[in-house]
Amino acid sequence: MSAEIAIQAHELTRTFGSFTAVDHISLEVRTGEIFGFLGANGAGKTTAMRMFIGLLAPSSGTATVAGHDVYTQSEAIKRSIGYMSQRFSLYEDLTIRENIRLYGGIYGLANQDIRDRSRQILARLGMEQSADTQVRAIPLGWRQKLSFSVALLHRPRIIFLDEPTGGVDPITRRQFWELIYQAAADGTTVLVTTHYMDEAEYCDRISIMVAGRIGAMGTPAELKRQFDTDSMDEVFVRLARPTTGAGAA
Amino acid sequence: MKALLGLLSKEVRHILRDRRTLAVVVLMPVVQVILFGFAIRTDVKDIKLVIVDPSPDHVTLEIRDRLEASEAFRTVAVLRTTETLDRLFQRGDAQEAVVFEPRFATRLDRGLPARVQIIADATEPNTGSTRQNYALSVIRTYERELGAGAPGVHIVPRMRMRFDPTAESSHLFVPGLMAFVLTIISALMTAISLTREKETGTMEALLVSPLRPAQIILGKVLPYLAIGFVSAGLVVLEARVVFDVPLRGSVVLLLGEAMLFILVSLSLGMLISARTSSQRVAMMAAMLGTMLPTMLLSGFIFPIESMPEILRWVSNVIPAKWFVTIARSIMLKGTGIEYLWRETLVLCGMAVVLLGLSTKSFHIRLE
Repeated sequence: MSAEIAIQAHELTRTFGSFTAVDHISLEVRTGEIFGFLGANGAGKTTAMRMFIGLLAPSSGTATVAGHDVYTQSEAIKRSIGYMSQRFSLYEDLTIRENIRLYGGIYGLANQDIRDRSRQILARLGMEQSADTQVRAIPLGWRQKLSFSVALLHRPRIIFLDEPTGGVDPITRRQFWELIYQAAADGTTVLVTTHYMDEAEYCDRISIMVAGRIGAMGTPAELKRQFDTDSMDEVFVRLARPTTGAGAA
Repeated sequence: MKALLGLLSKEVRHILRDRRTLAVVVLMPVVQVILFGFAIRTDVKDIKLVIVDPSPDHVTLEIRDRLEASEAFRTVAVLRTTETLDRLFQRGDAQEAVVFEPRFATRLDRGLPARVQIIADATEPNTGSTRQNYALSVIRTYERELGAGAPGVHIVPRMRMRFDPTAESSHLFVPGLMAFVLTIISALMTAISLTREKETGTMEALLVSPLRPAQIILGKVLPYLAIGFVSAGLVVLEARVVFDVPLRGSVVLLLGEAMLFILVSLSLGMLISARTSSQRVAMMAAMLGTMLPTMLLSGFIFPIESMPEILRWVSNVIPAKWFVTIARSIMLKGTGIEYLWRETLVLCGMAVVLLGLSTKSFHIRLE
């Protein structure tokens, strides 16, 4: 694994009034790594991610994404990252092809590139037949995979996935993770938040957030050893329960 | 530039694929203008007119002919005396009466004032005075024509209407209606389409992309500006064809001012949607923020001159007030830009401020 740093945060903090959503977190994500961001609902995962992608200004601390400072170089960051939110980011009343075209245009790709990559995406996802179907008419699992491919359309160096597999069946989740591995193998750094512990096992390294802080960080094997258990579920529950008072699934 | 084109074509597809909304947006102004135009008007066609002419002569006959010839009047009776007049009014058989003085033409020939009394049913004060004005204008026109040949001709009573001798209320209402309808659809449509993107999550995707706030906003404004333009054109056409509203000034200037006004309304919608997160709230805010002030404070229905001072002051921040003034002046008086530059500047200023504020709201979300 390359030692180059894709994302770096030092004492990164975000407060909303008197509530501290993200509390002095420090982490480094290496290039090409699949980094899992775990935590109960409200633990601060999404807030941290929004600071990395430039949707939210940090209150204090420092962070760089793809070598660019989050305070001053958000324009440069935006060109180097892809983002897939919890909510759906495709336009339902546009067809699959039109959605790809739109985002290609937004990211300033040449027409020829857009055509080539559309063909590749449609072929990889097996959606050639449905290319001119409006997105509202295709199944949720397809939409998620399409969303992911569209987020990768401009070949970003880092891709941020915020609970990408919520509400998706296990088989589709499996296929989705194959797409993530493919992207990582191509050199894309992946930062992914999830609630599924089996997905945590697929990550190279994970961090578990508890009440705005990073409760634990390491490879899944290291964490299981540290907490002396053989299930990630157990690690998670032991970390999360004392402070939040609730286990999370 | 290319990104903007992409956004524009996307927005156009949204609009075209949502046929129902498109139909509402384009047809609503046309239908509303018809409904309001007929409902609000205070003039009445087919007025039941009674003539009281004690000594018919060439002058009274000419005036009677002219009254009869105008669309507004239907002569239901010609009497010699005023005896039965009260009964006719009471039964509702007469709505208006024109009473000539005896020896009308002879008096005029001698240079004496000839009196004519115009009586209207005062149970409906507004329409009553409108009816009086109809008859008066016919008589005045005739008097002017006589006066040209024989100076000193004098028919009393005397009254004068400015700009709009027929006092057709729709002439005053239609320009106001244009403002009303255009502001609602423009503000509403943008507010809804922007908050819809927030609700579905696509706005986040746009904000994370390298698009600049100004591009996102332009991508929204331009398509709806085009729709607004079509609506404005239809309404002007309708005003001409259905309501016979004169268009004495330049069509180009009128449509240009309409575009400016639509831009102001769109920006207002944008600002509303930047501050709200759900379509329902945005819809309510857009309706309240545009409909009520436009209806009450633009001079569309209630004259601004007769408002208390504080409301008159408040009316200055209502964009529709300025547009109503502009549209009426262009349509009814044929005024050119040389007398309207101040109102135009006010609208320009409003557009700049509102667009600036909404771009800024987007910036805040980005940081």
